Amino acid sequence: MPAGATPDHAIWKLAAIGTLAGVFSGLFGVGGGTIIVPLLIFWFGYGERLATGTSLAAIVVIGLFGALAQGGFYGNVHVATGLLLAIPAVLGVVIGTAIQQRISQRAVSYLFALLLVAIAVELILS
Amino acid sequence: MNELLAVLICLAGGMTGGLVGVGGGVLFVPALTVFLGLGQVEAESTSLLMIVVVALVGAYRQNGYGNVRLREALIVGALSPLGVIVGVGLANHVSERALQLAFAALALFMAAQLVRRARSTT
Repeated sequence: MPAGATPDHAIWKLAAIGTLAGVFSGLFGVGGGTIIVPLLIFWFGYGERLATGTSLAAIVVIGLFGALAQGGFYGNVHVATGLLLAIPAVLGVVIGTAIQQRISQRAVSYLFALLLVAIAVELILS
Repeated sequence: MNELLAVLICLAGGMTGGLVGVGGGVLFVPALTVFLGLGQVEAESTSLLMIVVVALVGAYRQNGYGNVRLREALIVGALSPLGVIVGVGLANHVSERALQLAFAALALFMAAQLVRRARSTT
């Protein structure tokens, strides 16, 4: 087994994370990232940077399934608007990932906790 | 003016995504509904397209920094449609308010755990 590879029993935990991420994105439209990042940290002991990077890669797959279902079956995706607004968003993610390399992993945890609290408040008030 | 605000919020959404590893939909959806007048379903669907592009570039950058475990990410992503089916089933049997409050409680619990863990690792 190569260094850093996931042992077989852990695959079930990964599967659980994927399923949970799907449950919450299906229910609330908030992406799986809010579930994936904390669980990779708690269950696998990932550092914050590794957890957030791996989460982004997983979100590509999750988002593709969702966008294909919505765009392919229901025609709800405004493609031109989405692609235009993706330009500043992509600029943002490049800046965000660059900043993340320069702050402590602990600070990433605090920022994530702040995001979770904001989401909780929004859910409670809605 | 509304278009400019939408652009700025999407920039902020992308930055949030890069900083904490989420897709950014939490900001894209309000940008699309409040400032561009899209309906909720259209906004969430369009946001998904943006999330794919943002997460792709973000994951590419993070991979360059050595922060991606691709195999693990693919397993998590591949199982998500199963979860969506479970989620839709749940939504039909449990009140939406109960689900919202349950997820809010889970989010607060995870936030507390993250802070406690971060404070204990020096």
